Amino acid sequence: MTVPLLSLQGLTKAYPGVVANDSVSFDIGEGEVHALLGENGAGKSTLVKMIYGLVKPDSGKMLLRGQPYEPAEPRQARADGIAMVFQHFSLFDALNVAENIALGMENPPEMRDLAARIREVSETYGLPLDPFRTVGDLSAGERQRVEIIRCLLQDPKLLIMDEPTSVLTPQEVEILFKTLQKLQSEGTSILYISHKLEEIRTLCDHATILRLGKNVGECTPADTSARDMAEMMVGSSLQTPQRETREFGPVAMDISGLSVPAPSAFGTALKNVHLTVRKGEILGIGGVAGNGQDELLGVLSGETLTEADAVKLHGDPIGRLGPTARRKLGVLAAPEERLGHAAAPDMSLTENAMLTGSVREGLEKNGFLDWGATKDFAERIIKAFDVRTPGPGNAARSLSGGNLQKFVIGREVLQKPEVLVVNQPTWGVDAAAAAAIRQSLLDLAAKGAAVICISQDLDELMEISDSFAALNEGRLSAPREAAGLTVDEIGLMMGGAHGMEVAHV
Amino acid sequence: MDLSAINPVLLIASLMVAATPLLLAAIGELVVEKAGVLNLGVEGMMIVGAIAGFATAVESGSPLLGFVAAAFAGAALSILFAILTQFAQANQVASGLSLTLFGLGLSALMGQTYVGIKPPRMGDIHLPVLSDLPVVGPILFGHDIILYFGIALTAAVWWVLKYSRLGLVLRAVGENHDAAHALGYKVLKIRLLAIMFGGACAGLGGAYISLIRVPQWTEGMTAGIGWIALALVVFASWKPWRALLGAYLFGGVTVVQLNLQAAGVAIPVEYLAMSPYLITILVLVILSADKSSAPASLGRNFHASR
Repeated sequence: MTVPLLSLQGLTKAYPGVVANDSVSFDIGEGEVHALLGENGAGKSTLVKMIYGLVKPDSGKMLLRGQPYEPAEPRQARADGIAMVFQHFSLFDALNVAENIALGMENPPEMRDLAARIREVSETYGLPLDPFRTVGDLSAGERQRVEIIRCLLQDPKLLIMDEPTSVLTPQEVEILFKTLQKLQSEGTSILYISHKLEEIRTLCDHATILRLGKNVGECTPADTSARDMAEMMVGSSLQTPQRETREFGPVAMDISGLSVPAPSAFGTALKNVHLTVRKGEILGIGGVAGNGQDELLGVLSGETLTEADAVKLHGDPIGRLGPTARRKLGVLAAPEERLGHAAAPDMSLTENAMLTGSVREGLEKNGFLDWGATKDFAERIIKAFDVRTPGPGNAARSLSGGNLQKFVIGREVLQKPEVLVVNQPTWGVDAAAAAAIRQSLLDLAAKGAAVICISQDLDELMEISDSFAALNEGRLSAPREAAGLTVDEIGLMMGGAHGMEVAHV
Repeated sequence: MDLSAINPVLLIASLMVAATPLLLAAIGELVVEKAGVLNLGVEGMMIVGAIAGFATAVESGSPLLGFVAAAFAGAALSILFAILTQFAQANQVASGLSLTLFGLGLSALMGQTYVGIKPPRMGDIHLPVLSDLPVVGPILFGHDIILYFGIALTAAVWWVLKYSRLGLVLRAVGENHDAAHALGYKVLKIRLLAIMFGGACAGLGGAYISLIRVPQWTEGMTAGIGWIALALVVFASWKPWRALLGAYLFGGVTVVQLNLQAAGVAIPVEYLAMSPYLITILVLVILSADKSSAPASLGRNFHASR
């Protein structure tokens, strides 16, 4: 039997209160694309940080080509041919591409030679990049290229990728996969972390599944259905959200003929948007990112004020009311950007619960804040939505993306909204948690609330929505009944009538 | 009023002297801020450097030894700041302010026995022929060695930040300390060294005031130069040559207004005295109108677990 490239044997790492990894063992073969699967908080990130030398294991050992491998720091890991592309990009916005790449190298050549090599490698792998552009001006996909090329220049034997596709457009994902396949054909091993099971099925040779820090199984992704893999991750059979047939009530929210200019140079103007949502109805709004989703949420939540008559709640004009006034009336919203928009990163969960809950939960009396009640409210959210955190006193920033998303959605759902607007409610959330969030939206609608769900995940929209509309360049298509819509029809709705390329669904 | 008494050659030569303390302090702080640390204690480190340098020069008879002592004193005080902010994770603004107050008090205590004493004089360099040239000689070749050191330091800092690996790593740490840490750079160590460099420069600047520019010891003699240095770094958009320009502008207006006072111009002295501060800030604000880019991690504490 051949010696595997990297062999992990009984790796254990505990943090105060949690065992992040509990004697995890598996092998990565030469030239193998190995997937690491698991829910949010299953310990995937900690594991790769140990391989990359950022975290020291408490016990267990690693063998690199049969030799003991104990990286004390990333520098040593890089010297041994291990490179990593981070989930949150580790780039420096104010520096240019070549400088960023030089920082990740042990012995960078002269800037001019380095620039030439960057051009050469980036062309070879189909990832064109200008070495002298400032990184702050690049798109998410281009930034990831910088990271990948930084790794490739080191001639890595093992490339670790931590959720690389969560920020990419479908076209960029396609390019990335081609690059990875080319690398694999050259004998580089890849350790690939992702939630997206279909991606793993197309790309990976082998998968290891982590649950609560333990290795709970391995499989060959090509022969295993996405559902089976999801169930291995969760450890129980996956709950598909249950929808009951509901009676819709009268119109809850009504937008007519709304046009809003673009808020910034990078924004999208909303053009003549019509929209109605009835009590008990879930309206799904699809579309490729950047077609007016954020702007529409702003108009619905009250962050962007409009003509009074353009937005109506139960027939009363609310276009001039700000977010707090709308909250009082029962219009709640959960925006897409978790850190900085939906939650204040450095404030505790209790404080974050206060920020949107004060009006409807009666947490504020005569200008005084009722922290006791707020803490109870935060604890209720944590309990009801299975938010994994030591307690409500922890900073929002300390939660993993999926856990914070559960908190942010839960916070609004528990306030019993009359109209709830959510944007990308399950972005970056693992399958089980996503199912729970979707179920909570369905339950909310069953109790008579109107829900507007803006999402780029079409499967999600088909699963929960009663009617479907698509945003395209700031225009909203006429809503259609969701049941019975075909993928082709949706694609046409998203492409609009402007002869744009139909989105690949 | 007799403006003809003002000699332009002497004016330029003395503006360079007036600018040097500010330049030294600003270049030091520039490096500190490029590493992502905001040390508001420049004034305190300067005045401690001023008295430490003064006392050492008086006791040893060597002004050069005085400057060395001043650099060490400034660096030592900055280590206090580094311990508070980098290791104890204290707030940088509050720590910097208290460092200034502490430095002012400490220097007054240290300087009690040195009031009214004249320090040994630091000689100016004298190059045969060159220093005797008319106009050019006194301006370019007739100064003390520390003044030239200040200009050389500006050039060195510019070169290191722009072209060297060390400078790149320093900028990276100031730009995004989490990413620098993830790549395996020692954020705290780099910041500690930058803070000490800044402290040493501020100490030198202070000693330049007490040993060359004035030269004597009085309490609070730095008179806000440390604060101007802080403003200078920001308005110079963290660019060394612009800091030099700003420092010379400040020095120039200072010298001119002193000459105007001496010439008896009919403007209230208070207006003249405030003019260097006003004009320097004004010009630099206009200069920094291009998108000035503060280091993104400036003033934020780093902790590996976050």
